[in-house]
Amino acid sequence: MYQYDQYDQKIVDERVEQYRDQTKRYLAGDISEEEFLPLRLQNGLYVQRLAPMLRIAVPYGLMSSHQVRKIADISRKYDKGYVHFTTRQNIQLNWPRLEEVPDILAELASVEMHAIQTSGNCIRNTTTDQFAGVAKDEIEDPRPWCEIIRQWSTLHPEFAFLPRKFKIAVCGSEEDRAAFLLHDIGIQLVKNDQGETGFHIYVGGGLGRTPVIASSIKTFLPKEHLLTYLDAILRVYNRYGNRNNKYKARIKILVRAWTPEVFAERVEAEWLHLKDGPATLNGHEIERVKGFFTQPDYKAVDGNAVSAQVQALATEHKGFSRWLDRNVKTQKQTGYACVTLSLKPAGVAPGDVTDQQLETIADLADRFSFGEIRTTHNQNIVLADVLQSELFNLWQLAKPAGLATPNIGTINDMICCPGGDYCSLANAKSIPVAEAIQRKFDDLDYVYDLGDLELNISGCMNACGHHHIGHIGILGVDKKGEEWYQIQLGGSANKDAALGKVLGPSLSRDAVVDSIETLLDVYVENRLEQETFLKTYQRIGLEKFKERVYAPAS
Amino acid sequence: MPQLLKDGNVIDNSWQLVDTDTDGLPQGDILVSTSQWHKQQNVLADRAGAVGVWIDSDEEIEAFADGIIDLPVIAINFPKFADGRGFSLARLLRERYGYSGEIRAIGEIIRDQLFLMQRCGFNAFVFDTELDLAEASKSLQDFSDAYQVAVDQPEPLFKRRA
Repeated sequence: MYQYDQYDQKIVDERVEQYRDQTKRYLAGDISEEEFLPLRLQNGLYVQRLAPMLRIAVPYGLMSSHQVRKIADISRKYDKGYVHFTTRQNIQLNWPRLEEVPDILAELASVEMHAIQTSGNCIRNTTTDQFAGVAKDEIEDPRPWCEIIRQWSTLHPEFAFLPRKFKIAVCGSEEDRAAFLLHDIGIQLVKNDQGETGFHIYVGGGLGRTPVIASSIKTFLPKEHLLTYLDAILRVYNRYGNRNNKYKARIKILVRAWTPEVFAERVEAEWLHLKDGPATLNGHEIERVKGFFTQPDYKAVDGNAVSAQVQALATEHKGFSRWLDRNVKTQKQTGYACVTLSLKPAGVAPGDVTDQQLETIADLADRFSFGEIRTTHNQNIVLADVLQSELFNLWQLAKPAGLATPNIGTINDMICCPGGDYCSLANAKSIPVAEAIQRKFDDLDYVYDLGDLELNISGCMNACGHHHIGHIGILGVDKKGEEWYQIQLGGSANKDAALGKVLGPSLSRDAVVDSIETLLDVYVENRLEQETFLKTYQRIGLEKFKERVYAPAS
Repeated sequence: MPQLLKDGNVIDNSWQLVDTDTDGLPQGDILVSTSQWHKQQNVLADRAGAVGVWIDSDEEIEAFADGIIDLPVIAINFPKFADGRGFSLARLLRERYGYSGEIRAIGEIIRDQLFLMQRCGFNAFVFDTELDLAEASKSLQDFSDAYQVAVDQPEPLFKRRA
């Protein structure tokens, strides 16, 4: 993974000192609340319902075991001994003290981490596929490009006060695991006829109040022009994005108002001035950054022999077999696999882990995955490059730590925002809904039989829980001061990205869980062999589900 | 006389800002709106004092930039400090139109923006609130280096890494 040199370290260290001084002046009354707001947000500090919340950047979801141990340490020293993994692959501390945030940032800087631009109206953490570098369907490893974008976007002088937040995702594979079409800029790595790498650029995707799938504005951008083209997009947005109404301020609204064609022309016109300028990437820099994402020292493995050995263990241990089915994926390299550690055991808020679990994750990474950890936008942890022959050992160690719940991709692997328990924006609680669903569907055989099913929950229309793109989406709404929930069906974050449709009038919390059961009944009764919930929905349509959920009680 | 921060120093601000709606022009050095500049070029040329313009954050400077690059001062107004359009305007004036005079930030600016503003080509800052300018000028030195190309650094860090 990327390692800081003296330049990167100095920039992060100076950011800590800048923020320390800002905090000091704020506490002394020299900076008003209004002025301090964007300053603290640009360093990831929200003031929430119960306490401040600090969001720590995990650039494109990649961490070392050393960094994970530091997070565990920070959570003990400055918080309540647990942290939360977010849908932007970042980490949140829920109870830090505002006065101590500069010290937390200094500790983070000591392990090459920071909280820069994890919030605020600026360019946020760039995200990508959790299987980058090991995915079988990969065109090219997206991580060097993410790092190049990270450096370009960090403290960018021109774009620190945009109309609204700005999110970029990079997808390097055939299948989309980065939801890149739901970002302000979605970058897809492509190859041209000469086999040269370039980028297909999409703009204007996003969730929130007005969910939109991104539009293509450039089908092949040669790689050296990445940063000048991004500068052009951001400059057009910075100048012409809506600044009067925060609900109309995302780039998607501008793209829609102008049409994608006109937006593309405006960007092209701006880019002509910047193209081939000093920010044009050179081969030396691209190779330098790529040099940090080299392959680990893989062993030569007899694939067939090891598969037979793993199969034998799976036959013997049903729990291991289930875990293999749901939580383990093969990867490009023979004899190695990617393991997803589930952060969604029943009874725990999705994405929450304790300091001790963090220590265990770090130990597992050191022993099984070359010391590297990946966070996912589904709020789980991935250990890649695990020898298949070690899978059983890993499972045995992960299980007692509560990290081996075999539920990845099932109804219990929900994406869920912190909701009304923590967040001051939320209309309704989301964690209790997630818990109620997990308790309701605790029969593992039933959950497996249901197969792949994405259920996403947001506590308000800001959509941090990605409810629009869940196969089943649940949205918390406020109805005369009471918490109600709207159900949506048919969303998808993959390359066939689709936004869910509202099932019908919103429901009480108790009714939501029963209605989910009814939806699943309709699916089970109607599905064809091997058909997933989403496919069945796409085939039979919304009405069949709606009729049953809203049928008068007989 | 009111003061401002210019090139890192606290100096007297001899320039008066003329509101768009004002009738008649005051004596001395003045900054007029771009619409006044267009309407009254002859009158302005005959005055004794120096003349500059101030641009609002939503102006399409492409329409008139070529005509103002010989002025000694161009001010860019920040109607709100979180309105970041002025950052782009300053870069355009310096990098696209080759403007080499003073670019001053006016309006609701805050001290913690100074470092980034300076990178975008601002070299003078007028605050609309009481503040210790010498103390505020420290924020110009918040960072000793940066990744990106900007007015203060024509080469990106990736070409300068030792």
